Amino acid sequence: MLKSELEDIIGEEFKLDKVLSKNVINILVESMIDSIKNNNRIEIRGFGSFFPKTYDSYNGRNPKTGETILVPEKILPIFRPSKDLITKLNKKKG
Amino acid sequence: MTKKDLANILNKNLGISLKETSKIVDKFFDTIVKNLSEGKDIKLPGFGSIKIQERKSRLGRNPTTGDPIEIAERKAIVFRPSKNLKKKLNYKSDGEDPNV
Repeated sequence: MLKSELEDIIGEEFKLDKVLSKNVINILVESMIDSIKNNNRIEIRGFGSFFPKTYDSYNGRNPKTGETILVPEKILPIFRPSKDLITKLNKKKG
Repeated sequence: MTKKDLANILNKNLGISLKETSKIVDKFFDTIVKNLSEGKDIKLPGFGSIKIQERKSRLGRNPTTGDPIEIAERKAIVFRPSKNLKKKLNYKSDGEDPNV
């Protein structure tokens, strides 16, 4: 499912025009990004949670040249699906 | 951050009543959950994609008794953050742009 399909579904359900429904989805996505960026966990019941996780720097290797390089510390967003969602997914056939 | 916070943000930004924005946020996540549980992937540019992956059945072991048991095949949900999101999380004000 694409962003545009979500926009259409929201627009139709709440009688919003295209510009407004696009705006709604953009604000939701941007707010979620801001939340993770500000180190705030997002918790949506029945769906799951998003949170940032910091990974330490480590010595890696360039697989082509074998040269040792320092991979800097980085933050990655992690998604943990809710148990409900995993159960739902595995109940359906196909 | 919860659905309530998202409804508040929409209400403040768009002037739609809180009652209505709460319903919109519910519908947003319900739609995503519905699609995922039907096995459909979600793609949100600038944020990332949520995909369904098949996990094959494999032999595991009961950690207490050591008995081998078959772990049935199942579907897992995997989130792949977009480059944009990884960049935003790792942006430092000193201009350093770590490889992500």
